Amino acid sequence: MSIGQPSVGLCHLYPDHLNIYADRGNIAVFQRRLEWRALSLEVVEVGLGDPIPSDCHLYYLGGGQDRDQMLVAEDLVQKADPLRHAAHDGAVVLGVCGGYQLLGHGYSGADGRRMPGIGLLDLETTAGSSRLIGDVVLNVTLGGQTRTVVGYENHAGRTHLGGGCTPLGHVRRGHGNNGDDRCEGAVAGRRLGTYLHGPLLPKNPWLADTLLGWALEHAGFGVDLEPLDDDLEAAAHGTAATRAGRKR
Amino acid sequence: MPSLPQGLAASAARGAGRLSQKLGRGGGTTIPGLLLNRLRPEATAEMALAVPRGVVLLSGTNGKTTTARLVRAALDASGTRVVANTAGSNLERGVATALLNSEGAELALFEVDEAALPGLMAQTRPRVVTLMNLFRDQLDRYGELEHLVDRWREAVAELDPAATVIYNADDPAVAEIASGHPSTVSYGIEDPRVGRDRLPHAADTTDCRRCAAPLHYDMVTIAHLGRWSCPECESARDLPDVRATRVELHGLDGQRLSIAAPQGPMEVSLRLPGMHNSYNALAATATASALALTPESIGPALAKREAAFGRAERTQMGSTRVTTLLAKNPAGANENIRIMLLEGGPLHLLVLLNDRTADGQDVSWIWDVDYELLLENDRLASLTVSGDRAYDMALRFRYAGFDPDRLSVVPSVPAALNAALQSSSSTGDLYVLPTYTALLEFQAVLADRGLVPSFWEDR
Repeated sequence: MSIGQPSVGLCHLYPDHLNIYADRGNIAVFQRRLEWRALSLEVVEVGLGDPIPSDCHLYYLGGGQDRDQMLVAEDLVQKADPLRHAAHDGAVVLGVCGGYQLLGHGYSGADGRRMPGIGLLDLETTAGSSRLIGDVVLNVTLGGQTRTVVGYENHAGRTHLGGGCTPLGHVRRGHGNNGDDRCEGAVAGRRLGTYLHGPLLPKNPWLADTLLGWALEHAGFGVDLEPLDDDLEAAAHGTAATRAGRKR
Repeated sequence: MPSLPQGLAASAARGAGRLSQKLGRGGGTTIPGLLLNRLRPEATAEMALAVPRGVVLLSGTNGKTTTARLVRAALDASGTRVVANTAGSNLERGVATALLNSEGAELALFEVDEAALPGLMAQTRPRVVTLMNLFRDQLDRYGELEHLVDRWREAVAELDPAATVIYNADDPAVAEIASGHPSTVSYGIEDPRVGRDRLPHAADTTDCRRCAAPLHYDMVTIAHLGRWSCPECESARDLPDVRATRVELHGLDGQRLSIAAPQGPMEVSLRLPGMHNSYNALAATATASALALTPESIGPALAKREAAFGRAERTQMGSTRVTTLLAKNPAGANENIRIMLLEGGPLHLLVLLNDRTADGQDVSWIWDVDYELLLENDRLASLTVSGDRAYDMALRFRYAGFDPDRLSVVPSVPAALNAALQSSSSTGDLYVLPTYTALLEFQAVLADRGLVPSFWEDR
């Protein structure tokens, strides 16, 4: 990294345990979209037992199998304070699928077991009797702009939001948080959670750039992200939206 | 609907199969079984019981078709009359369809979809079950790997104690599933020269099944397969009963294996590439041995078998040699990449990505494949992407850092093949990497051009 070049510090939480839905694709999108603009990303990987740094600008939590998510939950609740401080100070936090559930208050399993969360988002998840699976299209409003966001969902949890956050999107196709209220994901300030993978960011570059813009702002760089040639992204976004509209 | 008598149900089902073939709707490899299961749900169990020397089931995420073909070759060579299912027809209906045509067969040999295995174990009461591997695959269809592991374990617990369970000792999850059964034969790779010392990204079962501590590997072969042990508890891979003591990989041309088995040592030349096929050959050897075939008859039979449908299959198209490497999940795709990298020179690829039911509707798995390895040392000279989700694959390579000028997106498969043949004309070598339904489409394009038979004619 050259001196003075704006750089975003990303904390990738549990890459070895929370990676089931190709979460590394989201990290690659952050990395490349900064590099293509002569900016850079520095990744800190945090695993079981490792301390969480409080000075990153962007924190990422992916999805895992039930067994791995339980291991992670027990570890995370014991050491989440630096993450809470960073979020309080304006760092960006993104949780996908299992990571989304972990950002809430907790998960009540079908067997009565309680998996704790860290309460960064005011939401509660309980196990449903079936999995909600399929292509999803959302209408999402962030920073005064409304766009469609596409992805794939596959979750047994039913998530309900409290008053401390708002839905990330309105479900046009698919199930969303719980299959009932047509809401998907959650946002509170710069904390964001969603069930959408695919991975989430390659086909939704607008969302990726929104998060990167926030992270750069938090890092103290007043950078306007210049537009990129996103023709392939737009085409893939379009295909996914079409698939979601079709009964298969 | 009340259950129909067996003879009547079977006749109706067979008739439907002939009709389906006449109407050009397919090879009749699933419709008769589907109908039969509706007309008489107990028919599969009854027909299975009637096979004199019993039923053999093979299952796993990867390698079922090839392994079944290898076992079949050994059985054919021994003169055993075998009924088997066709590649791809590996659900309940495919097995039922095959059993409809089992008259005169001494033994039944079925490759079985991993989610369908527990149900088919209960119905067919096999004498041999071969458990090959469990990799991350089609999460939308199978759910999490852990749920499959639980279902397989329950199915093995219900199995007749006299039945033989053959299992891959190098897969910690599969080894744990088999561990409670009284009669087992294990297989694995013992040659340290072919292993790696660290797990790839797409590894799945890397924590101890008993105590959840991270497993230690002194050798990794494919994904999470290898010589594993738990540093915390007693759990460890045992020395496999049937083991490859030497693996000599000869790129796409095949390999040579030295195998130690309780029945004696064997030297096997395989016309199948890659370490996943080393495992397939070991699974086939262990299965054939459990069926009382001798090393002398197994080795030569395996040597004759060529690649199955789309598994490193080679077709000459004008001046270009087209090699088709099917991959449906990260573990398979990573093996294909490894095989291609063993070949010298620049690589030209046509990647076909579909998202239909048999492929998995969730295409996120492509992000778990280590395509980045193809970009190291600038090996990837051209890339054509096609299929239902061509643009998803294009994005995968864009974010891997691939030069967009060498990338073509051509959603139609016939047009993509033409474009890829054009791009690869400098080397005369083209690699085609399809998902399952994309492979069927690709084979149809080749059949239209008179290059291969339709898949049910010879498979």
